[in-house]
Amino acid sequence: MSVIPDAPDPFVHDRGGPAQPLLSVSGLIKHFPVRKAGGKKQVVRAVDGVDFDVLKGETLGIVGESGCGKSTTAKLLMGLIERDSGQMLYDGQAIGERAMPWRSYRRQVQMVFQDSYASLNPRMTVEQSIAFGPKVNGVPGREAVERARALLARVGLEPKRFAGRYPHEISGGQRQRVNIARSLALEPRLVLLDEAVSALDKSVEAQVLNLLLDLKAEFGLTYIFISHDLNVVRFISDRVMVMYLGRVSEIGPSDTVLDAPAHPYTEALLASMPSLDPDNRTEAALLAGDPPNPIDPPPGCRFHPRCALAEGVCGETDPPLDAIRPLHRVACLARQPGSGHSAAPGEALAA
Amino acid sequence: MTAPITAASLALDGGVLAAEDAAPEVAFVPSRGFWGHVGHRLVRDPVAMAAGAMILIVVLIALFAPWITPMDPYKGSMLRRLRHVGDATYWLGSDELGRDMISRLMLGSRLSLFIGVTPVLIAFVIGSGIGILAGYVGGWTNTILMRTIDVFFAFPSVLLAIALSGALGAGIFNSIVSLTCVFVPQIARVAESVTTGIRRRDYIDAAKLSGASALTIMRVQVLGNVVGPIFVYATSLISVSMILASGLSFLGLGVRPPEPEWGLMLNTLRTAIYVNPVVAALPGVCIFVVSIAFNLFSDGLRAAMEIRQ
Repeated sequence: MSVIPDAPDPFVHDRGGPAQPLLSVSGLIKHFPVRKAGGKKQVVRAVDGVDFDVLKGETLGIVGESGCGKSTTAKLLMGLIERDSGQMLYDGQAIGERAMPWRSYRRQVQMVFQDSYASLNPRMTVEQSIAFGPKVNGVPGREAVERARALLARVGLEPKRFAGRYPHEISGGQRQRVNIARSLALEPRLVLLDEAVSALDKSVEAQVLNLLLDLKAEFGLTYIFISHDLNVVRFISDRVMVMYLGRVSEIGPSDTVLDAPAHPYTEALLASMPSLDPDNRTEAALLAGDPPNPIDPPPGCRFHPRCALAEGVCGETDPPLDAIRPLHRVACLARQPGSGHSAAPGEALAA
Repeated sequence: MTAPITAASLALDGGVLAAEDAAPEVAFVPSRGFWGHVGHRLVRDPVAMAAGAMILIVVLIALFAPWITPMDPYKGSMLRRLRHVGDATYWLGSDELGRDMISRLMLGSRLSLFIGVTPVLIAFVIGSGIGILAGYVGGWTNTILMRTIDVFFAFPSVLLAIALSGALGAGIFNSIVSLTCVFVPQIARVAESVTTGIRRRDYIDAAKLSGASALTIMRVQVLGNVVGPIFVYATSLISVSMILASGLSFLGLGVRPPEPEWGLMLNTLRTAIYVNPVVAALPGVCIFVVSIAFNLFSDGLRAAMEIRQ
């Protein structure tokens, strides 16, 4: 079935069974050193201890404000930048170690970038760009080109018209289809979509989202879908992870997280979405100001300076990411029994 | 193709197959490609085309010089020295040894072009290699390579060329070597900065994700994008190289008499500048015209390559 030599078949080559997470991340940390005026060395805590699992066949949405570490997390997952510490397991095998070296991991994981123009080589035709991956993995040239054309057709671009075009000769939506085709050329199991539809017109965005859902079913894919658009995330995701300042603040099934959010930050994010109902418009911005500087994050809960529920304890204790319901984990003292927060539920409720 | 269908396919972003199936079969128009676009724009630039024609003429003259010179460029006559331009026998006059100027200028174009263009070509290959490597790999490799290159920038290029030529000794080969050493750092610097700009593009990341080796990425993904700007810069160096080469010959470090070369001719004719200034200036005019032509052509090339989206 597969044209890539010794590529794992997503339907057959499943090591750990359906219950084993496809990707399991724990304690992921990435600090970028910066030098401030005066020569003092400091670090930007871009990703500061992130834990999550990606289950087989699901779509995990990752949301958060700009600068919360979404894109850094994406690059860490793809190995485009090196992690400072933390563990990443792919189907139960530690990535970067002997059982799962980066090379074999990367074949099974691909990424679609936000900027459809910058992610295609301007000097290569669409077809060449798609065929590049299979070619460097040992597929003979002719076969790689045939596969590229088949993929173009699959993403809705007639090969006869588009295969020989250059990126600047096609529209943004068409380019993003090409990027999706390229990401599928190596027959991956996991596709990471980093703001993949954010730069598209709304009508085109809807088409591309539907295409993504079709492809997922057809090829048995798992998606990590990074976006700042909560509506899009709600549409496509099975589970949602909310990030704030390099940490996970809430993770759970998308219906739960987006309809009954437990973390005040998620609530504020949802409330800041413009409403179409004129009677239901919010005048005041619920999230005032910018997120704090990730060079010097606030002590305790990172959200407490902007939080409506903040109490003294929030500035002292760093809230752990604990389950408040099955599958639903929140990092907020106000939701965690025995945390010392006045709004915290009683111990009995938690049991 | 009817208008409503076109509009419909546009609105649907060419994405929905149903709409496209309804459209009449569109003949596949092969894309011109990047260099096709550049060529297309270049032929519409009259200045670049004039400069290109000038270069072509000089190159043709240089190629066929031994067969088309009106007189023997080496044969002098003590009686017919320093004839003026417009002379019946010597159309562009004769030099201080009574040799025909036009024949010597034609034959001289060979050496002048050769030692003008060759160092730039060699430096283009070496400099691009160093620059792309430094730019793509970055880190310590970049620091070591580029700081070494910076040492060469400490000397003015004329001084460096003279010093190297002086150390190596006179001769065509040595002056080509010394001029190459002058241009490698300059081209490497440009190649490095262009490559550094491209290294951070998403398509390089995408190529890394496909598992390609660094060498494959440099060859397939980087080279095509950097070679254009570097080439433009290199063509602009040809004029500098021609002038420097002439300068070396003028100083006696390059070509040796009686071989005709424009720089050397300027030198030997300078004694005659009060007797026959027009003839004495002719080799200089040739150097000037050819280097201007190379400069204008490289300007046109740069303008033609500025294609975005």
